[in-house]
Amino acid sequence: MSKSALQFLHNGREVAIFVDGGTSLLVTLRELIGDMTPKFGCDQGGCGACSVLIDGELHLACLTLAETVSGRAVETLDGLKDGPNLHPLQRAFADNFAAQCGYCTPGMLMAAKALLDRNPSPTRADVVEAISGNICRCTGYEPIINAVLGAAAGGRTRA
Amino acid sequence: MLELRKDIFADERDDNLKEIGKGTQRQDMLGHVTGTSTYFDDHKLQGMLHLKTVRSTHSHARLRRIDTTDAERSPGVRRIIRGADVPRNLNTLLSLINFGIDDEPSLAVDKVRYKGEPIVAVVADSPREAYEAMARIRIDYEALPSVFDVEEALKPGAPVVNETYPKNTFTYYDKYDHQKLRFGDVERGFGEADHVLEQRYQMSPIEHAPTETNGSIAAPDTNGRYVVYTSTQALFFSVDTCAKILDVPSNTFHFIGGTVGGGFGGKVDTITEPLAILGAMLTGRPVRYMLGREEEMQYGPPRGAERIYIKDGVMRDGRVVARKVRAYFDSGAYTRLSSYAAVKCAAHLPGPYTIPNVYGDVYCVFTNRTPATAMRGFGVTAMDFAIECQMDKLANLVGMDPMEFRILNAYRDGDMKAHRREAKNTALIECVQVAAEKSKWPLRDQFKRASSRKDGGGSRAVIPPTPRDADAQRAAALQQRTTYDRAPAAAVREAPPASQPSPPPPPRPQAPSHGAARFSSVFGTRRR
Repeated sequence: MSKSALQFLHNGREVAIFVDGGTSLLVTLRELIGDMTPKFGCDQGGCGACSVLIDGELHLACLTLAETVSGRAVETLDGLKDGPNLHPLQRAFADNFAAQCGYCTPGMLMAAKALLDRNPSPTRADVVEAISGNICRCTGYEPIINAVLGAAAGGRTRA
Repeated sequence: MLELRKDIFADERDDNLKEIGKGTQRQDMLGHVTGTSTYFDDHKLQGMLHLKTVRSTHSHARLRRIDTTDAERSPGVRRIIRGADVPRNLNTLLSLINFGIDDEPSLAVDKVRYKGEPIVAVVADSPREAYEAMARIRIDYEALPSVFDVEEALKPGAPVVNETYPKNTFTYYDKYDHQKLRFGDVERGFGEADHVLEQRYQMSPIEHAPTETNGSIAAPDTNGRYVVYTSTQALFFSVDTCAKILDVPSNTFHFIGGTVGGGFGGKVDTITEPLAILGAMLTGRPVRYMLGREEEMQYGPPRGAERIYIKDGVMRDGRVVARKVRAYFDSGAYTRLSSYAAVKCAAHLPGPYTIPNVYGDVYCVFTNRTPATAMRGFGVTAMDFAIECQMDKLANLVGMDPMEFRILNAYRDGDMKAHRREAKNTALIECVQVAAEKSKWPLRDQFKRASSRKDGGGSRAVIPPTPRDADAQRAAALQQRTTYDRAPAAAVREAPPASQPSPPPPPRPQAPSHGAARFSSVFGTRRR
């Protein structure tokens, strides 16, 4: 099987690897780079557990061919913290009990980050729309929506 | 009130907690929001292999021939595993408490009994190479007639799904083909009732659909042991199930779990661990076996389907005087935990109501459908759905408000329940009152004043005369009882006399094996 060289920015750090043709970004991140924060949930773009940002835009890593991120910037939950400090979204998720089993949380947080990056003052409907591609089976969506709204409000007060 | 026997647990912990009214952060929350909580699949081990299973394309078929020669030569294949490679290729989950007969192979050998049943496991360097090898495996099936309906399965001449239970019903106490509840005389109750209503209810199987699918990774450890990272909900139960299937002492395994991406009952069946460990034993390498989403949805065990018939006799004033229930649990092709669900269902009848005449027959039935398992309140949930629909219909029939109708019929402290235990700490009346208040549903004063602590007991505490069943007990086929062979030989059970109509006692391990009987979480004393 032929491998191709691939270079991209992973949470701001340059990585250079070889991938088999057809390898997904999810497998690349988890197995070749060792970033376990994007999760395998369905491998068919149905659940959002593998959501990552590519050049700031929300994507499903399981449906993204690794070669397509060449030269681009990929952000995962692993890069969300600022050193030892939680990102306001992470703090808000913790404070609002917005994670139960935690498996959908990485994808939820990336979807929420994509929203707040382009719209710092979302309405409730905006938040619902933003996480509509992410399935949660135990926490329930209400605490998650409240957490995102809380993080947005907190950001505004600090600004 | 609930009595806490603190004297028994005096040295365990101080229970004078002052936690109510203030938030307490979960200990795993920081891991969840930073993505560092470690699920089983977050372990990547040096030289890890991948296991996939070839699954039956038929609901019911004899396996004429399985040809793996081509697959063995497929690139990247390290090992093909067949049923004959599994040390003890027959198990039933509750055998750990000597409840039920071993009826399910890890890999099918002579017959498949449901679509998706695993037949051959392929261990390869990568998932892709495993799939490529699977495509080269040839299986000759001889299709057999299937049965998918619980009542069809009980008819004479129906296809026998599982030869362990030739009548397509689970056998209780080596003898009974269903769970029976008899309390008072329902036929007399129907005769005296102003209205009789009989209805049929049905619930389809429900998939838990956890965001993380079932899976495990097993790796050879030092001293001949194996470390197993698993998504199981029942870690110790899984350890012992694997020890039995692989025929090794349970201290061969070091199971690591606890961080589970959603379970809801769908991760108690130990469906991936035995094969992952066997793969590690046969290859000497770490082996990962994780269900894909399609496998999880199609072949992962669901909440079982149920069909329920309820016939009630009700008086014009709203009192339910007789309730007769016939319920069928669709266990699918194997027992797993449905035998226990039927016991729980029988114990739940007639719902949280005091009814003087109750009659229940609950069957655990085998069909050619996916084996069912635990799911939050299984055994009770569908029956409650049926009972509460029935209560609404009865209220409508007698022209009563449905909430007041429930308060009127609710059990109260001191009442005798149909399974002959006194009702204690009842609170249905209070629940209905609060629900009415919150939803601004008007209740008349007499129902607002009702209390679970008042007007119970007395004549309501009496066990009514209960006629014996007229028809002779239909004897189930004589079966060989199989027990876990490391356990002491099963003592001869004290079977109740054939004509004894009182309900059989709940299943009880009579010969606890290596402490397995203590795993109460498997039996629903904890929430699923």
